[in-house]
Formats: sequence, structure tokens, C-alpha cells
Amino acid sequence: MYKSEAASWFRIYEMFQFQSFHMYGIIGSALILGIIGVQLIKRNKLKSFFGETIQILPKEKGIWQYLYGGIIFGLGWALAGACPGPIYTLIGAGYVSLLVVLVGALLGTFIYGLLQKKLPH
Amino acid sequence: MKFIFEPWPWYVAGPLIALIMFLLIFVGKQFGMSSNLRTICTLCWADKKADYFDFNWKSQRWNLVVVFGAVIGGFIGAHLLSNGSAVAINPDTISILKDLGFQSAGGSYLPDELFSLEALTDIKSLAILLIGGILIGFGARYAAGCTSGHAISGLSNLQLPSLIAVIGFFIGGLFMVHVIFPLIF
Repeated sequence: MYKSEAASWFRIYEMFQFQSFHMYGIIGSALILGIIGVQLIKRNKLKSFFGETIQILPKEKGIWQYLYGGIIFGLGWALAGACPGPIYTLIGAGYVSLLVVLVGALLGTFIYGLLQKKLPH
Repeated sequence: MKFIFEPWPWYVAGPLIALIMFLLIFVGKQFGMSSNLRTICTLCWADKKADYFDFNWKSQRWNLVVVFGAVIGGFIGAHLLSNGSAVAINPDTISILKDLGFQSAGGSYLPDELFSLEALTDIKSLAILLIGGILIGFGARYAAGCTSGHAISGLSNLQLPSLIAVIGFFIGGLFMVHVIFPLIF
């Protein structure tokens, strides 16, 4: 994450301005390989290192949780310029202020837990 | 070997991310970086407050190992494998950012205006970081995944819910950058 600059706030901003292929390249190439790999695993019923047949579970059906949750996440992603993985990566890189973002993320998670039953899913 | 110290291109990073996803799949787990937020909340006794946190967190301990790995990765990437070069974003992006007040655009990895230690004493930038974090945490758990769980893992498995989530991410991100930023910066 760090070396590819996917953890850089500037790259996320640039992505939402559609002013570079870089972030789309990262996500896109990961995705193409991901799709091919997952298909290979499923069709050949490949086993994990521990000998169990790999099960790649489908996501729970629904619309609103994904749409509303996605939009809210997207707002945060652009504002903080990071998603959860990069938050940890940047802390490791020494950017202490990401701890504020992390505290926020934990708070947000907590608030979700409290409100979960009342939200449309 | 010198290229290791340069910023890595997308065609190296993307495949590496796919590799991580498969490594996790082959040890019987999944590639997702937001469920750890729930695990951490539960470790802080959130399970006393809401059912959402009342789950078998021990089975999710591997989440925390991945987090630990991400932290170490960041450390190694920044301190051992770096040459200090600036993030080379599009010059047009740099000018837009400078107009908004981000003088550090084109010069640093993260905008000093928001992330430097001095910025932490400024209530506005502190609020931006905190609110950004809250939105990320809330949104990722509501959508049951973030970019790793949906854009990478979910779409790799051709899941419609993940596509909806990714569309949501972009609606949110674009709204923030194009509508809200000009208002707050």
C-alpha cells in the first residue's frame, strides 16, 4: 500500500478527479487477477494449505446497506484520503496523526453497532 | 534493484494485492481490512453495549495479525525502502489542490495541512481527520466491507452487493471532492 502510494491522500484526491490512471490501475489489475484466480479456485475446487476445500462465500443479499454504507464510506475515504488498510500502514510509516483517523473509525464502528438495528439494510 | 526504492507502479501493486488476497484465501480466511474495527471495538468491551459486538472475536484474531502486518509493512515501506521522492500526481491536480490551499501538493506523501503534528493543534484539521475516520468506520461496517472487502474481494467473486457498495464509494468520494471540498477548504 505504502510503496504504491495508494496510501497517499493526494492519490485518492487525484483518483476522484479522474486525473490519473494510477489508482484505477492498481484496483483494476488486482481485480482482473482476482476474478481469474477465484474462477480457477472454484472450478477446480482447490484446497487451502490446511487441506480444506476453499469456500468463497457470497455476500449477504441486500441493497441499502451497501449503497448507504458505501456512500458514507466514500465520503470518509475522500476526506481522510485513506481506507482502513492504509490507516494502519501510515501509522507504521510514522504518521502519528492517523491515530486520530483510527480513533474516528473505531468511534464510527461503535456508533454503527449501536444504531444497526434501526438502519435500513 | 534500485526500483524498489522508487514509488511502485500500479502494475506491481495491483498484482501484489491480488497475491495477498489469494494467500489469505489459501489459509482459509478472506482479504478484508475493516472487520478488524469491529474486533477492536469488541476488545474494548463494546459487546456490553450492542449485540453487533457480541460475537466470537477469538475466531477473528487473524484480523489483528493482518493489521499488525500492515503496520510493519508501512514501517518497512517508508523507512527501509524509500528514497523520499514526492508523490508524482498529475500537475493539473496539483494546481487545483494549491488553489484550495494545499501548498504541500506535489511535495509530500500526505498533505501537511491536515496531517502534520502542527495541524493536530488546529481544530478544523483535527475535526476533518476525526470526522473522516468516523465516516470510514461507520460506512465500512454498514456496507460490511471497505475497498479490500468489496472492490477487490467481492468484485473478484462477481458479487452484486459489492458492485453496489463500490458505486456507493464513488458517489460518496466524488461528492466529497467536488461538492464539499470547495466549501470547506
